[in-house]
Amino acid sequence: MAEIELRGLVKEYPGGVRAVDGLDLTVADGEFFALLGPSGCGKTTLLRSIAGLETVTSGHIEIGGRDVTRLAPGARDIAMVFQDYALFPHMTVRDNIAYPLRIKKMGKPERHAKAEETAEGLSLGALLDRRPGQLSGGQQQRAALARAVAVRPQVFLFDEPLSNLDARLRLEARTFLKRLQRELGVTTVFVTHDQAEALAMSDRMAVMDAGRIRQIGTPTEVFQRPTSTFVASFIGSTPMNLLDSVVDRDTLRVAGVTLPLPASARPHVSDGEQLVFAARPEYMSFRAEPEPTGLEGVVAIVENMGVGSLVSLEVAGPADVTRIVQVTVPEGQEPEIGSRGWAVPAPERVLLYRRDDGELVGSARSDATDPVLAAARN
Amino acid sequence: MALATSPPADLAPPRDVATDAAGLGRVRASAFVAPGLALVAIFLVFPALWTLYLGLTNYRLTGIAAARPKFVGLDNYATALGDQEFLNALWLTLLYVLGSAVIGQTILGFVLAWTMRTVHRTVRTVVESLVMLAWILPSSVVAFLWIAMLDRDSGTLNALLGTPGMAWLIDHPLLSIVVFNTWRGTAFSMLLFSAALGAVPPSQLETARMAGASGWQQLRDVVFPHIRGHILTNLLLISLWTFNDFSPYLITAGGPDNRSETLPIFVYQTAIFDGQLGFGTAISLLMLLINLVLAVVYLRLLRERRS
Repeated sequence: MAEIELRGLVKEYPGGVRAVDGLDLTVADGEFFALLGPSGCGKTTLLRSIAGLETVTSGHIEIGGRDVTRLAPGARDIAMVFQDYALFPHMTVRDNIAYPLRIKKMGKPERHAKAEETAEGLSLGALLDRRPGQLSGGQQQRAALARAVAVRPQVFLFDEPLSNLDARLRLEARTFLKRLQRELGVTTVFVTHDQAEALAMSDRMAVMDAGRIRQIGTPTEVFQRPTSTFVASFIGSTPMNLLDSVVDRDTLRVAGVTLPLPASARPHVSDGEQLVFAARPEYMSFRAEPEPTGLEGVVAIVENMGVGSLVSLEVAGPADVTRIVQVTVPEGQEPEIGSRGWAVPAPERVLLYRRDDGELVGSARSDATDPVLAAARN
Repeated sequence: MALATSPPADLAPPRDVATDAAGLGRVRASAFVAPGLALVAIFLVFPALWTLYLGLTNYRLTGIAAARPKFVGLDNYATALGDQEFLNALWLTLLYVLGSAVIGQTILGFVLAWTMRTVHRTVRTVVESLVMLAWILPSSVVAFLWIAMLDRDSGTLNALLGTPGMAWLIDHPLLSIVVFNTWRGTAFSMLLFSAALGAVPPSQLETARMAGASGWQQLRDVVFPHIRGHILTNLLLISLWTFNDFSPYLITAGGPDNRSETLPIFVYQTAIFDGQLGFGTAISLLMLLINLVLAVVYLRLLRERRS
């Protein structure tokens, strides 16, 4: 019903900074879509462009088949929830929720009835006569959501909706938000810099960098198969191990160890090619005894993560430069600091990237991407 | 645990130590304060009481009443309240305050502050500098500029409008000084409102825009509720300043035929020109009372908002 379609979207600020750089994206009807990226990557500008709060330099925005590129924000049938909730401090919760309806010239009894019904659904029923200043952070967030929900828009936009909540509440709000979106079935785009939030809540997500989308896919796809070293290092609560490696006939030399080259990679690489070997700490296992396919190192740090621990191994690299390789170990198997250990990657979980452009081995090379630029960006 | 961390009651410092932190003692402390108090008494308290006394006499600048002023009770006040010229001056002052402070400076200042938010930086800098210039120039200079502007025979305005011989200062004296004071004093309101508008959270304005609110609705529902305190404070300050403003005298000298004679000018004419010091001070006190009433009304409004 309300699909969002962005074609060739460019937002250039005075001075030539391109916050959004020729972006194409389709968000399906009813989808919960996350825009993820480091600060300054253009994700908020993209969201504000969809909202109409920023005038795009070129390109088109369609919502439900209607071109809204030049429409005013109020005419796009979108509701947006801001990071600071933007509740009007001088109005009661009831008046806040009813405000967009009041602007749409709905009569007072009707809009109040509607506000009360929506508030009831978000368990705000008892707080209708309070001012925003008298609410807790979580209640304020729900009041802001209620204001967005009450107008029944075609699209919801959330700008960092959870970042003003404290850690405990954030987890609850995550579940709550996801259930609310599922129940309403309204197409939703939300912006976050927290990869865990994006993975947990979204149906699909886009990882952005420098005004472009680097990868788009379901959370599972993005987590298991990042298409570039940029995405690989950005996603995951423990950082991905990225190690320089070289192809040697049909083997791979990584940090002094020779591993078999995965069969699927063989057609795409040439002898002597420089690659980046990538494996998640969760997809590696720790051994205290020598292992031919394990990366050998000295245990430097053990971090308790609740369930299990994260072990940092100092691995001797080429020219005696030590590299850190991290591996998770189950509860009760933490090694002694200073002891030797071997980190064994699960072969089916290993990813290989080209060293020059940082893209997955076997992926098409984009001619537009200058390898030097790509390296500088990472 | 909680009990152990709070200090034992007998170690709490005695109260009189806290009020005498420097340990001077009452006598020496008083000696330090005395010179300051003396200055305040001589230059502030005494003149105020003297004014109160003068207002109850027939004291004059010259003549017998200057040598031996007679106590006349509340006669001066009774005279003033029945005096056509005083009532005229009071009425003109109210019009002057309403026209140049409330309507002129406040509205023009707000409009300037609101529109300058969205224009190009260069335009904003130029406009703000010009408005500031009008504010920092001395009144005498500004008055001369406006006389040159409004002059009957070789005035700029007549040249611009093509109305030679139009005597603005004689035909529209009150309007002339209202425009003059608006022009001169708008900078203060503009700066105050600029700062106030900067404190309105952009996300709230954007929420209103997303809901489809028009420019006027955004002002009504988001901006004004946020800056209500600033508006009232601004109104209070500029109303009082304008009420006591003497600079119109530099342009029209209260004339012609007392048609631009506001209260400060009336006091000046009465006390200095006519020499009726007793009567003049009585009117000054009446002005003070009116100022107090104005201030109380504004402060009431401000407090209403906070509760």
